Amino acid sequence: MNDTLIIAGKKFNSRLFTGTGKFGDHQLMQHALTASGTELATVALKRIDSEDKEEDILSYLQPGSIALLPNTSGVRNAKEAVFAAQLAREALQTNWLKLEIHPDPKYLLPDPVETLKAAEELVKLGFIVLPYIHADPVLCKRLEEVGVAAVMPLGAPIGTNKGLRTKDFLEIIIEQSNVPVIVDAGIGAPSHAAAAMELGADAVLVNTAIAVAANPVAMAQAFKHAVTAGRTGYLAGLGAERNAADASSPLTSFLSEL
Amino acid sequence: MFLEQFDTLCWNSIKESIYTKTAADVRTALQKSKRSLEDFKALISPAALAFLEPMAQLSHKLTQKRFGKTIQLYAPLYLSNECQNICTYCGFSYDNKLKRKTLTPFEIMQEAMYLKEQGFKHILLVTGEASKTVGVDYIRNAIALLKPHFAQVSIEVQPMEQEDYEALIEAGLHAVLVYQETYHKADYKIHHTKGKKSNFSYRLATPDRLGKAGIHKIGLGVLIGLEDWRTDSFFTAMHLNYLEKTYWQTKYSISFPRLRPAEGLIEPKVVMSDRELAQLICAWRIFNEEVELSISTRENEKFRDHIIQLGITSMSAGSKTNPGGYVTEVESLEQFEIDDSRSPAEIVQMVHGKGYKAVWKDWESFV
Repeated sequence: MNDTLIIAGKKFNSRLFTGTGKFGDHQLMQHALTASGTELATVALKRIDSEDKEEDILSYLQPGSIALLPNTSGVRNAKEAVFAAQLAREALQTNWLKLEIHPDPKYLLPDPVETLKAAEELVKLGFIVLPYIHADPVLCKRLEEVGVAAVMPLGAPIGTNKGLRTKDFLEIIIEQSNVPVIVDAGIGAPSHAAAAMELGADAVLVNTAIAVAANPVAMAQAFKHAVTAGRTGYLAGLGAERNAADASSPLTSFLSEL
Repeated sequence: MFLEQFDTLCWNSIKESIYTKTAADVRTALQKSKRSLEDFKALISPAALAFLEPMAQLSHKLTQKRFGKTIQLYAPLYLSNECQNICTYCGFSYDNKLKRKTLTPFEIMQEAMYLKEQGFKHILLVTGEASKTVGVDYIRNAIALLKPHFAQVSIEVQPMEQEDYEALIEAGLHAVLVYQETYHKADYKIHHTKGKKSNFSYRLATPDRLGKAGIHKIGLGVLIGLEDWRTDSFFTAMHLNYLEKTYWQTKYSISFPRLRPAEGLIEPKVVMSDRELAQLICAWRIFNEEVELSISTRENEKFRDHIIQLGITSMSAGSKTNPGGYVTEVESLEQFEIDDSRSPAEIVQMVHGKGYKAVWKDWESFV
C-alpha cells in the first residue's frame, strides 16, 4: 500500500517527526533519531552555535536522510518571528520553518494572533510554514487560507507528556483540514502517538518523551512502531466505539410488525 | 505592585505556620499534581527533611521533563568593585578600606574574550553600586560592547528606574538578577546600614519596574544566612507568584546564595546545612516546575556534582568574583571566596559524566 505523506511537495515515508532538544548528549540524540526512522527533525535556532563546530548540534544532524525543520522558539511576536525565520533560512539553508511564537515562557503556549500575522508574511516571503498552535479549528482554517503547508496543533501543553487532552478539537481539525495535520506537543507515550494516528492525524512530533527516557534509542523505536500501528489502524478502518452491546431494537422493532 | 501585598504580610506568623507543618502536610503536597503556596511551606518545613529522598526523586523527574538532560553554563564578569553601600556581608562594602578597581572598555573586552575562549555564550555582568563611575551609561556601554560576542548578556548591579532598564534592553540586555537579600524588613536595615541599598522598599519594587520595562528574565533570591531561610524562601515564592501572574511574558530564575566568607565580614546568623539546601532546591522544583534554578561556584565541588540531578538547570563555572580577575588584574578585591574552582572544561566533563549535556548557548537576538 502506498501511504506516503506529502508536505509542500516533499515525500515522507515516516510519519514520526522529532525534536532535537533535551537530550543528554548529541551523539545519543543522533542514535535515537536514527532509530526512530524520522525524516524530519526540528531544531531550535537559538541552540545553533555556528561559532563552535564541535558543540554545534547541526554537525550531528548532517546525514541526508533527515531533513531539518528550524523552529523559532524564543520569539515573542510576529516581528521577531519573521526576523528569526530569515536567520534560520540563512543558517540552515532551508525554506522550511516551524513557526512557534510563545510570549508566555511558563507554559510556552502559542499566541494565535501573532502566529497568524507571521504566517501570512512568511508565506509571502517564500517560506514553507508549519505553525505550532493551539488545537483551534478556526485558527487552522485561517492559517490554511494564508497558505501554510501544514498545521501543528498541540495535544497538551508542551513537555507535559499528558497525551491528547485536546482530542475533541483535534478531531474537528482533522475532519476539516485541507493541509496535513501534525499533532505536536504533549505526546508522552507511544500509545498517545498511536491514538493520534488512529484519529487520522497525518503525523506526530515527539521530543521530550524520547529525549528524557531512560533509554532514548529504545523509546525512539517504540514510537516508530506506535506511529506505524496507529496509522495502519486508521487506514484499516476502525470500528465505532460502543458503550454497550445492542442486540435488540426496542424503539423500532414495531416497524417490522406493521 | 508587590509592595502592597507585602505590607499585609506578617513575618512571624508566616514563620510559625512553616514550622508547624506536619509529615501529613508534606505527604499531601507530594501527592498533588499542582502545589499551592501552602504546599510550598510544607516542602520547606523541618517536617519535610524526613522526605528528602522522595522529594529528590520527584524533583529529578519534573526537572528532566521540563528541561531535559541539560545544564546551562554561564560566567560572571565583574566590572567594578567600587561601592557606596555599607553591607555587613559583602567584600565590596564601602567601609572595607581596600583598593578599588573599575574596568576600562579595553579591560572589559580583555576579560570577555578570555571567557569567550573558554566557551561561554551567556555572561553575567556584576558591579557594586557607584552611580558616578558605574552608572547606567557605563553599564549600557558594557552591554553594547559585549552584545556582538555573546548570546545572552545579563546584569547583577544596582536597582534602576524603569526607563533605565528600557534603555539597557534596547542595548541588548537579556536578564536582571536582583536579590532581595532578606524580606525581613527590620533586619534588612541592620545589614544595609548606608547607601542607596539601605532603601528596602525601592529594592523590593525593582522586579515590578523590570516587568514593566519588558525584560526577558528576572532572577530572584535571598542571601541565605542573614535570616531564617525558610521564611525568606516563602516570601520569595510569594513574590514569584505575584510576578508570574502580573508580568506573564517574563521568565524567572531562582538562586540560592549561601553566605560565604569575605574580607572583614560577619558570620552567618543562620547556618544552612547541605541537606537543607538540597531540600530547598527540591521544594522549589516541586512547587514550580517551570522556574529556572541556578547554582554558583560558591558551593563546593561535591555538592555541585550531585545537585545537578536534583533540580538545578543552570550553573556558573570557573568564576572569579573580582574585577579583572580572569586576566587583567587577578589580585584585585574579590566579593566573596568561591569554593568550586574547577575550569569550565572540567565542569563540562563532570556534567557529561552525569549523563547531562552542558549547554553554552540557548538564545539568539531576534530584534
